[in-house]
Amino acid sequence: MPRLHWEDFSSGQITDCGSRLVTREEIVGFAAEYDPQPMHLDEQAARATLLGGLVASGWHSCCILMRMLSDSILGQASFMGAPGVEEVKWLAPVRPGERIKARATVLETRPSRSRPDMGFVKFRFELTDASDKPLMSLIVSPMFARRSADAVQGGDQAGR
Amino acid sequence: MKFFEDIQVGETSAIGRHTFTAENIKAFAARFDPQPFHLDEGAAARSHFGALCASGWHTACVWMRLLIDYRRREDDERRARGEAVGQLGPSPGFRDLQWLKPVYVGDIISYGTEVLETRVLNSRPGWGLIFVRNTGVNQHGELVISFISSAFVERRGGGAVTS
Repeated sequence: MPRLHWEDFSSGQITDCGSRLVTREEIVGFAAEYDPQPMHLDEQAARATLLGGLVASGWHSCCILMRMLSDSILGQASFMGAPGVEEVKWLAPVRPGERIKARATVLETRPSRSRPDMGFVKFRFELTDASDKPLMSLIVSPMFARRSADAVQGGDQAGR
Repeated sequence: MKFFEDIQVGETSAIGRHTFTAENIKAFAARFDPQPFHLDEGAAARSHFGALCASGWHTACVWMRLLIDYRRREDDERRARGEAVGQLGPSPGFRDLQWLKPVYVGDIISYGTEVLETRVLNSRPGWGLIFVRNTGVNQHGELVISFISSAFVERRGGGAVTS
C-alpha cells in the first residue's frame, strides 16, 4: 500500500525531490525523437539561435521533472495521474552538463466532489540549477486516492 | 515557418496524426512516467483508467514532433517557391493543458493548431509572440488533449517599421 495518501498533503508543504545531471547525449537524443529543432540538436546550429547555444527541449525538461517526481514524491503516494497542467513557464534554458534540482510546494488540497475515494493536490513544481536559479515552474493538480479508499477496499482497486 | 507578420489570428492547421502502440506507450513511460497504468496491462486494467494508456506527456511530445515535421514540410515548399523562411524561436511556456480522455493502445490521434493571438513585444525587437491552441482528437472524434502554447516567431526585416 502506498505510504502517502491525499490526506497526507497540506498547503505550504515543501518537498525536496532530488537532483540530477542533464547530459548532452540525452538532450540530443530526446530532441531527435520529439523536438528536432537546431537549438536542441547541434552546438554549431544552436549558436545561431536566440538562446545562443545547445539547450534542452522544454518538453524534455517537463519529462525529466516528471521522472524526478515519480522517483521521489509520487512513487510513494497513491498517485492517480492528473487531469491537466494549469501552467508551465520555461524561465531559463537547461544546458548540457547542468545539475538540476526539483522541488514541490503544495498550494492547496481539495476533495473530489464526484469521487469520495480521491482528492486533488495543487502543486507548484520547480526545477532550478545548482545555485537555485529557477529554470522551470509548473502548476498542476494531480489526483490521489484517499486513505479511507484503501481501507474500504483493502488495497484492491477493482470497482473503481 | 511563416514570418510573424504573415500569421493571422484564427488560422488553423492539421499538422498530422500518430498511432499509439503498446510498445511505444511503455517505452516512453519507462523513461519518464513510470506509473503502473502506463507500463503494465494488468495493473492498468485494475486502475481507474481500465486499460493501458499513454502518459499525457507522451501525447504532448508527439504533438511537438508532428508540429516540427509539419513546419519543415512547409518551409521546404516555401524555399522551392523561392520564398524566404522565418525562424521559430523559443517558447516561454504553455497553459491550460487538459488531458480530457485517456489515449489507449491503438488510438490514432489527429493533431491540429489554431492561432489565438499575436503580440508585438517592445522588449524583443525582431521577434513577435504567438499564442496557439493545440488539440488532439482520437479516431472516435473525441478531444483527448488541448493546451495553449506560446512561441517567439521572427519578424520580417527584423521588425523594422515600414509605414
